[in-house]
Amino acid sequence: MTEHAATAAEQHHSYTGLPNRKLLMWAFIGSECMLFGSLLITYLVYRGRSVVGPYPEELLNIPFITVTTFILLMSSLMMVLALAAVQRNDMRQGKLWILMTALLGLAFLAGQAYEFTHFVHEGLGLTTNLFGASFFLLTGTHGAHVAVGVVWLLTLFVMAMRGRLSSADAETVEITGLYWHFVDVVWIVLFTVIYLLV
Amino acid sequence: MAVKEAAAEHGAGLDSGTHEGTYSGGLWSWITTVDHKRIGIMYAVFAFFFFLVGGLEALLIRLQLGSPENTLIDPDLYNQLFTMHGTTMVFLAIMPLSAAFFNFIVPLQLGARDVAFPRLNAFSLWVFVFGAFFLNASFLFGGAPDAGWFGYANLTSTQYSPGVRIDFWVLGLQVLGVSSIAAALNFIVTIINLRAPGMSLMRMPLFTWMTFVTSFLLILAFPAITVGLVLLMFDRTFGTSFFNPAAGGDVLLWQHLFWIFGHPEVYILLLPSLGIVSEVIPTFSRKPLFGYPFVVYSGILIAFLGFGVWAHHMFSVGLGPIANTVFSATTMLIAIPTGVKIFNWIATMWGGSLRLKTPLYFAIGFIAMFIIGGLSGVMHSSAAADLQQTDSYFVVAHIHYVLFGGVIFALFSGIYYWFPKITGKLLSEGIGKVHFWVMLLAFNLTFFPQHYLGLHGMPRRTFTYQEGLGFEAMNLMSTAGSLLLGFSILIFLWNVLVSLRKGAAAGRDPWGGATLEWAIDSPPPHYNFRVEPTVHSRDPLWAAGGLDVDVNDPAAPEPHMPSPSLWPFILSAGLVVAAAGAVAKSLVVVLAGGAIVVVSIFGWAFQPLER
Repeated sequence: MTEHAATAAEQHHSYTGLPNRKLLMWAFIGSECMLFGSLLITYLVYRGRSVVGPYPEELLNIPFITVTTFILLMSSLMMVLALAAVQRNDMRQGKLWILMTALLGLAFLAGQAYEFTHFVHEGLGLTTNLFGASFFLLTGTHGAHVAVGVVWLLTLFVMAMRGRLSSADAETVEITGLYWHFVDVVWIVLFTVIYLLV
Repeated sequence: MAVKEAAAEHGAGLDSGTHEGTYSGGLWSWITTVDHKRIGIMYAVFAFFFFLVGGLEALLIRLQLGSPENTLIDPDLYNQLFTMHGTTMVFLAIMPLSAAFFNFIVPLQLGARDVAFPRLNAFSLWVFVFGAFFLNASFLFGGAPDAGWFGYANLTSTQYSPGVRIDFWVLGLQVLGVSSIAAALNFIVTIINLRAPGMSLMRMPLFTWMTFVTSFLLILAFPAITVGLVLLMFDRTFGTSFFNPAAGGDVLLWQHLFWIFGHPEVYILLLPSLGIVSEVIPTFSRKPLFGYPFVVYSGILIAFLGFGVWAHHMFSVGLGPIANTVFSATTMLIAIPTGVKIFNWIATMWGGSLRLKTPLYFAIGFIAMFIIGGLSGVMHSSAAADLQQTDSYFVVAHIHYVLFGGVIFALFSGIYYWFPKITGKLLSEGIGKVHFWVMLLAFNLTFFPQHYLGLHGMPRRTFTYQEGLGFEAMNLMSTAGSLLLGFSILIFLWNVLVSLRKGAAAGRDPWGGATLEWAIDSPPPHYNFRVEPTVHSRDPLWAAGGLDVDVNDPAAPEPHMPSPSLWPFILSAGLVVAAAGAVAKSLVVVLAGGAIVVVSIFGWAFQPLER
């Protein structure tokens, strides 16, 4: 051995060659699928079972949500560009795309905040009926996931601004991306089920 | 004596087989530890403490039922006791006892120095500990949860359960779920990635295999109950109507969500025990496990089918003949892989050179008791028969035959088997066998009569029964048995105390085991393996010539291990502060807990693993 003994992590090769943290994120995503699946089933079970209005077809604004959906999907594109930039150690572009991903995420959240406020104005609160309860819980849980992702991305951005993020951290950015893309994919399902199948 | 035999048989040097210093250090070193072995021991100690708490609750229940129209315990306290007995045994005793074995044994069997995420591991432990005490703190604040361990809606609504009892249950279980999911994610990655070179999946020890399968069950089953609990929390805290029929809500949704979690949960409790028995029987039969691939695949099949049987807990709600038939059939199917395992264990012993040590006693006791529990399980897989048995003591007898006669016997088998590895001391064989026979007798005395009580119509969860119904003698028998059962646990504790003080030194390999944990000192040094082993077969220590490297080679450099960290402890505390705030309906406390969580996540993320 050389002067410094190798660390436990270095000595213990990964059996599959896959990074531990990436596997962790994949397993976590598997668990999250069951979480959103259960929430979605709750929403579907209660579809059409509200005994008082307002009902989904009176409120859901498909064109507006199509725009915010487009924004969220574009944020995934930004995430891909961010990872590619970090991997080639182009931190100027890396910073830009990470920030853009977070900002588009924030724009989506702003759209959701507007939508929620609008619904409340129209008389649909959390406790008004089953549609309100299951809608706010399902989309709210998704929104909370987006918010966590935004904080995560902004943390990476601040690290990058301070010069503490480089191509050596590409794996970290990739894992952030895994999470971000997953949250986007969930939204595609929610958009289809809640808005398009109304 | 036993040690000398074993040492002579397998040439394990007693002089070189012990390692001092693994557990030295004060309280602070235990709070900040990220060592999987220390975490495993703390899991075991806390889980055993709650096993005793749950046991005392059971004894109070049995004392109340010892005679008809008894007034020892009023109905309100009785409801709290059976609710907390079930909740405690499932979430605070059996699951964390299994987790104790996952933590201590799995990295050793893999030939690894720790788990993949040592700090996440400490986090799982502390969330469990804080969550467990939080749940039990309800006894001090207006009473414990009292709606049964499955908390059926709408008994749990604010209308029928005002006060904070159910809130403790709802928040406590959510917190405990975080612990289980975090631990399971950790073990999935650990088992996939930290296997020693050469240890393909089909060369993994059975206990590690069952840990792997259990971990997948945990991450896939827990989200369902989490969602159920969130819906219930919203109903109780914010006034939504998810489970309020007057507003269109469906109380059966709770049952579906609960049992989609709840039946896989049964296998979460059981599979680690199947793994333990699959280690103990080959070791004490001096024979490789018969039909290894069948045992592995049947474990996977049990887990897979476990997701398709949940409505057999709901035969009496009237789902209709098609649903009932389908769920009857899938339930009967599970008997096949379970039977496969039992035949493989028996075939392993057949023609083996049996050494009847205490771990094997408990393993064989497990097989016998588990078969009885399995058979009564097949009986109520038939929807028609189940309608006669549901909500009666027959079901109580069944679950105790699988969870006590099955799981607890297997866990004791594991304790006797691995105690020498964990502490460096052998448990006394003499006291161990007394413990076994008293427990076996007491267990059957307690629970066998309950089959008859159930078939004669005695309902569960009822605080008393009238005289003259013919229940008196069998209830008295059951109560006497339960007291003896409590006594058998005292025998075990005595064994532990005596053996820790003056037990025989275990050496590296007191039993002549085949798996990697027996190649290193007892207790293992904090880095486990000085030199990484390479594996060429399923039973590496039984191969001719043994391992091809000296895993304890003192000439090799001492491996660096991750540094201690306080963040997992603080983060866990923050979660429970938030949960306490939610129970107290205090936004300030919830936000304070949330702030602790956020700060400690950042503190953790920016703290290097090795400093």
